[in-house]
Amino acid sequence: MEPFVRHTAVAAALLHDDVNTDQIAPVGNHRGLKEDYKSMLFMRARKREDGSDDPDFVLNKPQFRNAGILVTGNNFGAGSSRESAVWSMLANNIRVIVARSFADIYRENCLQNGLLPIALGAPEADAFTAKVIAVDGKAPFTVDLETQRIGGPDDFALGFEIAPADRVRLLEGLDDIGLTLKHMAEILSWEKRAAAAQPWLQQTRDSR
Amino acid sequence: MPGTLFDRIWDFHRVGQRADGRDLIYIDRHVLHELHAHHAFAQLEKQRRPVHRSDLTFAVQDHTVATKPGRDDDTNPSGTAFLKAMREGTRKNGIRLFDIDDPEQGISHVVAPELGIVLPGATHAVPDSHASTVGGVGALAFGCGTSELAHILATQVMALKRPQRLRATLEGRLAPHVSAKDVALRLIAELSVAGARGHVVEYAGAAVRAMPIEQRMTLCNLNIEMGGRSGFVAPDEATFTWLAGRPYAPQDEMWDRALAHWRSLKSDDDATFDREVTLDCNALEPQITWGTDPSQVAGIGDRVPDPAAMEPGRRAAAESAFAYMGLSPGTPLVGLPINRVFIGSCTNSRLPDLEVAAQVVRARRVAEGIVAMVVPGSSTVKREAEAAGLDRVFRDAGFFWGESGCSMCAGGNGDRGQPGERCVSTTNRNFENRQGPKVRTHLASPETAAASAIAGRITDVRRLLSGAA
Repeated sequence: MEPFVRHTAVAAALLHDDVNTDQIAPVGNHRGLKEDYKSMLFMRARKREDGSDDPDFVLNKPQFRNAGILVTGNNFGAGSSRESAVWSMLANNIRVIVARSFADIYRENCLQNGLLPIALGAPEADAFTAKVIAVDGKAPFTVDLETQRIGGPDDFALGFEIAPADRVRLLEGLDDIGLTLKHMAEILSWEKRAAAAQPWLQQTRDSR
Repeated sequence: MPGTLFDRIWDFHRVGQRADGRDLIYIDRHVLHELHAHHAFAQLEKQRRPVHRSDLTFAVQDHTVATKPGRDDDTNPSGTAFLKAMREGTRKNGIRLFDIDDPEQGISHVVAPELGIVLPGATHAVPDSHASTVGGVGALAFGCGTSELAHILATQVMALKRPQRLRATLEGRLAPHVSAKDVALRLIAELSVAGARGHVVEYAGAAVRAMPIEQRMTLCNLNIEMGGRSGFVAPDEATFTWLAGRPYAPQDEMWDRALAHWRSLKSDDDATFDREVTLDCNALEPQITWGTDPSQVAGIGDRVPDPAAMEPGRRAAAESAFAYMGLSPGTPLVGLPINRVFIGSCTNSRLPDLEVAAQVVRARRVAEGIVAMVVPGSSTVKREAEAAGLDRVFRDAGFFWGESGCSMCAGGNGDRGQPGERCVSTTNRNFENRQGPKVRTHLASPETAAASAIAGRITDVRRLLSGAA
């Protein structure tokens, strides 16, 4: 996984609650195993009925074409567990999502892929949102995970919280499977214990 | 110290703690589907990491399979590559696949319990948000993404933060023609689509105890629609009777030993939960969604609500839902003309779901111009339904009777509605464009869906059956 240390980019505001993964990464006609994650992102919201770009959708506006930070509402990433809803962000160089809260599975998928999910309390979220709207894509913001600060134009500065372990995992781009494989001895000894205590859990057999 | 059943299952399965503070939770049964598995197989191959316990891993083809009778890999051309990649990945890794032509193929959440693959007190993972369906037999199940899928394949554990505990006590007795679907929709409406975020939900109370296992699965299936991390019903004698003799369930002496353990699986009387909610089900009527998220729900006899009367947090979403759904405040739900009906999906596609729908449809005809589909949740369900003559009941009434799969739940197999169509669906998500571009979805129970197909409009099944509709 690519480490996340800091990210400087234009911030765009998508101020809805409960944005779901069907909206973020719609299931269309699958094109086979290699999907085009870049064009998948908010595909339906981006397009008008005739297939042209909808100029009113925030990420289609000229100043937000290269947005790399997304600001949004509560419960971002609700619904399906599809990881394409994270990959499509990364394919568009969006590496930070600032929300009031995240759906559980979506947040886990972010951490697996080096996409920084920042949850802000209401006062901080209001302040950041207001600033993003005021700046209107004219200047970038910098999100620094080392110092846990968001900086922006006119000396804008805001701290954010993230669980220390999640922070380290992103900063170092740690291999999640590798972290767990260090515990293989414990896994093997658990399997032995379980095979004695609840043997039906450690075996599967078609009895027919 | 008194504890909840969740705590007992979690603590038993806790292999250890990782340096980052996450608990490593052993996954007893892992079931893959073709939409996501190929990424994980490719990743592990690249990293030269083997599958740790292929014997505890199963796979199904469900998301992209066509439902057309006589289907094969190419009937849905956009699914072909996924089906083939799944076949190759499971063959290379020695994983039992319920392939497109397997007599026991079906939706993972239907197949795993009906074959006795998942068991009470077991942990379960599926790369799909509706994994907790199997909470209906008392299993603790987690939906996950693709990276986590690869992680489980390589290690057989998930690295999780311990969730909070929520008990949802469903009191009272369901009236005739009111089902678990209606209870779940009402609960989501009360709690909101984020109401159970970060929580594992234990469903308890008299209404739950009285539910047959299939209805408990419907209830647990919709847990994610209020944001829950997992959800389950503590197993009881009904669960054990339901599981006995299923092919992958323990047999003979092993069954007796498992049963003795399963009978102890319940929360202590004085266990404390982080949150408690209760819902009185006595007066509950059939429910139906009017909006574009599963919390936008009304009783079937109600009118579409007025956003102006809603709390500010829900108003904007309601207004945008009205625009999409082509509705205006104050419109009665009953009587809204529809174009389509879909009965199926991991939410409502098990045999009893089809039986109650067939009871409504029997000796009646689908209204002129309505496209009505029944897609059984598994090939086993399909076979059992056909043995009972249900396929004839549906076909004679004008329904399409399909091969098993996820079908129109998300349309990943090409089964979709046409733009602007209004569809009454027994699925789990009424999100915009989910059942096809601009399709307007109303979530409801199988009986409400069946009654609406007959009438050609949203219908109160009780009135249809009494001859009043």
